Amino acid sequence: MRRSMLFLPGNTPNLILNGDSLGADAIILDLEDAVAPDQKDAARVLVRNALKTLEFRGIEKIIRINSLDTPYWKKDLDEMMPCRPELIMTPKTSCAEDVLQFDAYMSETEERLGFEKNSVRLMPLIETALGVENAYEIASASDRVVAIFLGAEDLSADLRCERTKEGKEIFYARGRIVMAARAAGKDAFDTPFTDVNDDEGIRADAALAKALGFTGKASISPRHLDAINEAFSPSEKEIDYAYEVLKTIRLAEQQGRGAVALLGKMIDKPIVMRAQQTIKMAEALGLGREDE
Amino acid sequence: MRFKLSKASCGTLESSDVYMELEPADEGIEIVLQSVVEKQFGDSIRALAAEMLSEAGIENAKLNMIDKGALECTLRARLETLIARAKGGEDA
Repeated sequence: MRRSMLFLPGNTPNLILNGDSLGADAIILDLEDAVAPDQKDAARVLVRNALKTLEFRGIEKIIRINSLDTPYWKKDLDEMMPCRPELIMTPKTSCAEDVLQFDAYMSETEERLGFEKNSVRLMPLIETALGVENAYEIASASDRVVAIFLGAEDLSADLRCERTKEGKEIFYARGRIVMAARAAGKDAFDTPFTDVNDDEGIRADAALAKALGFTGKASISPRHLDAINEAFSPSEKEIDYAYEVLKTIRLAEQQGRGAVALLGKMIDKPIVMRAQQTIKMAEALGLGREDE
Repeated sequence: MRFKLSKASCGTLESSDVYMELEPADEGIEIVLQSVVEKQFGDSIRALAAEMLSEAGIENAKLNMIDKGALECTLRARLETLIARAKGGEDA
């Protein structure tokens, strides 16, 4: 389960050490934008030691490495891969070839380390106009890719437009990323909401992302995590309905009936699938009902 | 020492971190530590620093450390980076 992903600067021990107590489903230990060029070496060693030493119980570790156009990305992978983070996030991924380049080096590294292939997964960060246009190719470039993630700050700069709270400028990109990810059978993650003090804003932004079909959303502040987790968790009403759907279907099967309705609405395959997803999520959150 | 040691620094003065400076010296290792946990962990911090300098083959140097409550994994990370920088090894 990956509703919320929290960015933590890779060279900041006090934030990293508390990474598993902030309420995020996943933490993104950032070796890229949050680290000055002359501190890349220090961040790499600090994150590597933290991954080796700290348990980070119950949360997923994602490492955002540096992009292909820097001299750092191979060193980042050399240091991080032995620690077996669940995911590597690759910034400025603009085409399938970018994914394949990371993938090839990760495969080589896994072989050298004696790891099973694809033991460390990839989440390409799409934050260029070219990347958005190539989103499906990026998502389906490799089995190693489990999700794609929209980065709106760099994208807005590439689009030469202002990044706004309302996010009209990224509406197309959001739709495109979700569509591409789902078409490729992968997850899609939404860009962070950057006003740390706007509680209403984050709720609306997370709700929009959920409504568009995103799997979850990234955050740059622990303050936003509750709103994100809430938006991407099923409500009690949704869970009740999901169990009712499955119960009705079971009953119809026992009675040999084909088409069935619940609350005046036909229950078809997509509704059943959605109910199953809701229950799976509810169970992962400890909200499942054993007696159903 | 088979390498030339340069002056180097690493870390920050933020909570849970440690700031360090290493510079060449004429004779032996000198470690100067200021720590918010001096009473409880001062000796073990100095011992860790001495051990890592020795493992790196550094025999003559002065190490200044200002510790703001860094955990051992942070101390080790900062020392490793500091030593690599002082030995003029890798760039970032």
